[in-house]
Amino acid sequence: MTGRSPFELFAVDTLLDDEERAMRDAVRRFVDERVRPEVGGWYEAASLPVRELATELGDLGVLGMHLEGYGCAGTSATAYGLACLELEAGDSGLRSLVSVQGSLAMYALHRWGSEEHKQEWLPRMAAGEAIGCFGLTEPDAGSDPGSMRTRARRDGDDWVLSGTKMWITNGSVADVAVVWAQTEVDGRDRVRGFVVPTDTPGFSAPEITRKMSLRASVTSELVLDGARLPASAMLPEADGLAGPLSCLGEARFGIVFGALGAARDCLEVALAYAEERQVFGRSLSAYQLTQAKLADCSLELGKGMLLALHLGRLKDAGRLRPEQVSLGKLNNVREALAVARECRTVLGAAGITQEYPMMRHANNLESVLTYEGTSEVHQLVIGQALTGHSAFR
Amino acid sequence: MKIVVLVKYVPDATADRQFESDHTVDRAGVPGLLSELDEYAVEQALQLKEKAEGEDVEVVALTVGPEAAAEAVKKALQMGADSGVHVTDEAIAGSDYLATSQVLAAAVRKVGESGAVDLVLCGMASTDASGSVVPAMLAERLDLPQVTLGSVIERQGDQVRIKRDGDTSTEVIGATLPIVLSVTDQSGEARYPSFKGIMAAKKKPVETWSLADLGVDAGEVGLDAAWSKVEAAEARPPRTQGEIVTDEDGSGATALVDFLASKKFI
Repeated sequence: MTGRSPFELFAVDTLLDDEERAMRDAVRRFVDERVRPEVGGWYEAASLPVRELATELGDLGVLGMHLEGYGCAGTSATAYGLACLELEAGDSGLRSLVSVQGSLAMYALHRWGSEEHKQEWLPRMAAGEAIGCFGLTEPDAGSDPGSMRTRARRDGDDWVLSGTKMWITNGSVADVAVVWAQTEVDGRDRVRGFVVPTDTPGFSAPEITRKMSLRASVTSELVLDGARLPASAMLPEADGLAGPLSCLGEARFGIVFGALGAARDCLEVALAYAEERQVFGRSLSAYQLTQAKLADCSLELGKGMLLALHLGRLKDAGRLRPEQVSLGKLNNVREALAVARECRTVLGAAGITQEYPMMRHANNLESVLTYEGTSEVHQLVIGQALTGHSAFR
Repeated sequence: MKIVVLVKYVPDATADRQFESDHTVDRAGVPGLLSELDEYAVEQALQLKEKAEGEDVEVVALTVGPEAAAEAVKKALQMGADSGVHVTDEAIAGSDYLATSQVLAAAVRKVGESGAVDLVLCGMASTDASGSVVPAMLAERLDLPQVTLGSVIERQGDQVRIKRDGDTSTEVIGATLPIVLSVTDQSGEARYPSFKGIMAAKKKPVETWSLADLGVDAGEVGLDAAWSKVEAAEARPPRTQGEIVTDEDGSGATALVDFLASKKFI
């Protein structure tokens, strides 16, 4: 017996327009043809061919797709979300590559950069010829980015950056880093952004290895040891933490959709496996306990998709508030992780092998739960919106 | 240079395909898409455009079909065609190959009014009717030479060289434009629309023409004017279970040989 897919159950396609379906299909085909056959190997070897993938993703138009001009496609935010979903159905590491390139690095340049910054970097980044990374988090400053220790010191007209950034996706392969640092303005500290070409003397980006999660993704430390930059390297329009936080909002939005991709992949595999697997002489999918699991997972997946699309429409209308992004990220990553684990149980022991994607997705989602605002931070954002009390500190 | 690519909107082969009560294919009530075999023709048109350095090449995607057939044009525009023409008229429904080629010929001529058409590119067949005859009929109606089933196309000015793979030999045919050319699924994988292509397609011009716009008499096309009709159609009966030979005494091989011989396979 074959049945409907979870998204068909929710008639999700009726909520998308032709262009959105066409773009979704294009990314799905890319993932099916280019990523699926190889992702297990990348994960096991803990290496991702970032350069190759970046130019292919650039040809497709995924990189910075929701930005206007400078070689970017200028799609809706909802279409960007759908692309993230399909990419993450391949692997969260692939989606991370695209999130960091488009929503963190390119968005920062597009939103806060000078015209020269945009001209110099955005067309090459949209094409995937140049790779960007985004340095905000530090070893001792995560959810409290304001306590960062990286400093930019004025020396004549130049800026000299010193400090260490941590957990930086794409860091070791990047051509340009958007680095946030404390500067002293009139005796007070202000966070400012800097465009740092990675061949700047004093900049290095050692890779963080021995990860149990996001193994098909390059994660690095950024070390700034007196990296000297011209005055023009500062992002002129970003003054204070609102700059980097706006970028995180963009990336979080992509994750609202992306995490559902990982969950969908797990559920599709579980549905197919349960149908094939014979237990006591009949298909595992014909048992009530299996159906309860599959129904609950489909329900969470579909609900998450309705939430994501609602947030997408709000974003496209320019009415999406930060706490609403938190609702989506908190719910969809948390539920995707639960779906991955539940689907693993459907496969029994087979679910822990590399033949099936559940453990890979589940392990990845542990990172996704933490990065771009931990689930706890999102609870506090929502709590503050509900009560008016800030409980962060 | 102007290239017209013929694109057909066909029922999605992965979905359930239905017939109407008059035994024509249900094209309205089922999911459809640009015929996969026509994507190769679009691809070749786009490659000719890209290889023509410094020369302005316009690629026009032309379809004949019901309202939903605009989707086929849109897909071609997303892939990179410059403009589209959608010929639609209720009187066309049920047209046979002769009538279809007549409508197409009139449409190609009308496209040519704004600049001569140098090349009409078609797929090798549609994925629904699989007739493969429309390119030849169209060439005849347009009084143009035809080359069919090309797998490699090279152009220099108005000269084209077309490789044509046969069962026993490969031919290379030289031709002078304008011609009608059909290409096979060996001509090169069709590109997928990029996001920029999808966004750009929204702004590309698509004209919608009726039979009256083309000066074609509605009485000459459609099901009533068709030279052939489908009188009955029924679904293939479900496959019956095959015969199972249980080999307990070594006679299995003999049973298989007898079966193959009875079907004249050996």
